[in-house]
Amino acid sequence: MEILVCARRVPDTSENEITLNSTTNDIEREELVYSVNESDNYAVEEALQIVDRTGGSVTVVTVGSEEDEEILRREMAMGASHGILLSDPAFTGSDGRGIASILKAFVAQGHYDLILTGVQADDGAAQVGGMLAAMLDYPFASLVNSIEVLDGKTLKVSREIEGGNKEISEIDLPCVLSIQTGINEPRYVGMRGIRAVASLTIPTYGASDLGVDASVVGKAGARVQRVDYYVPALGKTAEMLSGSREENIDRLVELVAAKGGLQ
Amino acid sequence: MTPRIFVYVGHKNGIADDCAVELLAAAKTISPITRPTAVVAGCGPEFDRVCESLRSSYAEVWKLAHDNLAYPNAELIRKALLKVLPSNNIVLVPHDHFGIDLAPGLSIKLNAAFVSDVVQLEGVEGSALNAVRQEFGGQVSTHVRCDLASGAVVTVRPGAFKPADNMLVSGSVIDKSGELGTLTSARRYLQTLVAEAGDVDITKHNVLISIGRGIQDKDNVGIAQELADVLGAAVSCSRPVVDAKWLEKSRQVGSSGKTVKPKVYLACGISGAFQHLAGIKGNPFIVAINKNPKAPIFQVADVGIVDDILEFLPELTNKIREMQSVTAK
Ligand SMILES: Cc1cc2nc3c(=O)[nH]c(=O)nc-3n(C[C@H](O)[C@H](O)[C@H](O)COP(=O)(O)OP(=O)(O)OC[C@H]3O[C@@H](n4cnc5c(N)ncnc54)[C@H](O)[C@@H]3O)c2cc1C
Ligand SMILES: Nc1ncnc2c1ncn2[C@@H]1O[C@H](COP(=O)(O)O)[C@@H](O)[C@H]1O
Repeated sequence: MEILVCARRVPDTSENEITLNSTTNDIEREELVYSVNESDNYAVEEALQIVDRTGGSVTVVTVGSEEDEEILRREMAMGASHGILLSDPAFTGSDGRGIASILKAFVAQGHYDLILTGVQADDGAAQVGGMLAAMLDYPFASLVNSIEVLDGKTLKVSREIEGGNKEISEIDLPCVLSIQTGINEPRYVGMRGIRAVASLTIPTYGASDLGVDASVVGKAGARVQRVDYYVPALGKTAEMLSGSREENIDRLVELVAAKGGLQ
Repeated sequence: MTPRIFVYVGHKNGIADDCAVELLAAAKTISPITRPTAVVAGCGPEFDRVCESLRSSYAEVWKLAHDNLAYPNAELIRKALLKVLPSNNIVLVPHDHFGIDLAPGLSIKLNAAFVSDVVQLEGVEGSALNAVRQEFGGQVSTHVRCDLASGAVVTVRPGAFKPADNMLVSGSVIDKSGELGTLTSARRYLQTLVAEAGDVDITKHNVLISIGRGIQDKDNVGIAQELADVLGAAVSCSRPVVDAKWLEKSRQVGSSGKTVKPKVYLACGISGAFQHLAGIKGNPFIVAINKNPKAPIFQVADVGIVDDILEFLPELTNKIREMQSVTAK
């Protein structure tokens, strides 16, 4: 099966405190640690496991800039056969629809049986996968937490719904699935693996290579735009215990006891 | 002029989802004078009751009845909506596992703009809808401006809008089923598998020691278990702990895990994402221990401590042990 995985480089929220920059038009990006978006990494692992079972190859694509090549290399070190960068100054400032349009143009030039995205990017809106599917007229399933290949034409997929229940469906290929974290255990990528792909050239395609409709991409094409970033001042906040650790523990024990938490 | 507003209402066992009234409230924050239309899809007598029940809050209830809509398969419902919805409107959908499935594709097919997971709506200004979203698990918020020139599909965070009271109307059900024709999809619903019960039922405990990614390693889970043991409590967790297979899925609190109603909830190394908070009900006493003083969890906690849980929790356990051995004497 030929599988395309859409992936994105994001500031790693488990490694960083996200704060605002001085003009509040963006988050402070100095010194942020970036990595591949968590659910995208699960998507790549899932694609690799499917290919292990059924044959074929995995291609990872990202819409971004040269800096984003690092995640393509990382996913290639995991086992993806190809990494593709879609990059053009005209793409800067695209909204989700713009990103999906660029990806659609790329998909139209190849042949993929299955397209995977992550459920949501950390700074995203859980939208690109569903939009891409609609643009391609492919069936779509979101929040997928297991995939079984039934035959060359159909998959059995499970979606995560409320309460940890699973919605099981059959879906025809080609299709787009958005992959939820926890679907598998992504393999570890060592330094050796990264070094092995460090010098590979990543093919890069721009707007004219892809034949992207310029009116839907970039800041001008974005129908949804961020005006600013802020941290809301909230009414209710916690009573912060600010003594020494020992004092905090004593106070906490008192409070919890008062709430009936100590037997 | 504010475009017409449609609200997609889900339902289960003959009862409309809570979102029906929340999204109505959301629509009123776009425009106080709007009379939004509810759109419901399904089939059968239970479904008829849902339509009837919505007449008390919506002036118009569009009923989409079709045999193939017995189960809410978003792929089919999207097709049904496209047959009846006019263009250039605002369509509100809950941001839940169904909305995430339905809405992005719906916006493309309607050629409408898409804004997801809004927590606040600030009305229409010229031809733009102003909304508030959160990013990075609620660490920052952002004002977004959405171009309404060809309409918009907006998903609304469950729980973000408080239903207004006494909005009673006596609306009418408009049966649009005749416009649906045949409905088929390349994604066919087979069955729902109910989550397996785990070794410990976290929904039955008064005190939960809940751990998040801050616990850092499977080997550290024992630190929380020891504290739980001295308290007669149970260990629950956030999603990343389950994703990493450090605890079973049955221990997960949140929108895709369990809903818990303890008296005391100790959130240890949990940032406070809304999907996690959605699983904490009954207004417990929430204690947050987190090394980041800006973690969103401190906005919902009753008591906060900025500390490293790997050091704090063992000391807390020791303290309680000491107290217990004193009282035991
Ligand atoms: C569709 C969907 C459904 C979801 N359902 C759920 C759900 O049911 N339940 C759920 O929990 N999540 C759910 N999530 C995920 C959710 O959005 C968050 O990603 C998740 O809750 C974050 O978990 P966390 O707080 O443990 O991790 P993080 O957000 O990474 O936070 C870790 C926290 O630990 C702190 N920390 C780190 N080390 C230490 C230390 N040594 N001492 C003290 N503090 C420390 C950090 O400051 C940080 O605040 C869902 C997501 C999606 C998209
Ligand atoms: N710039 C991008 N390049 C490639 N894939 C992307 C990009 N942005 C989003 N995606 C994919 O779409 C998913 C959902 O992103 P979002 O809709 O932004 O939350 C991500 O997990 C990625 O798989």
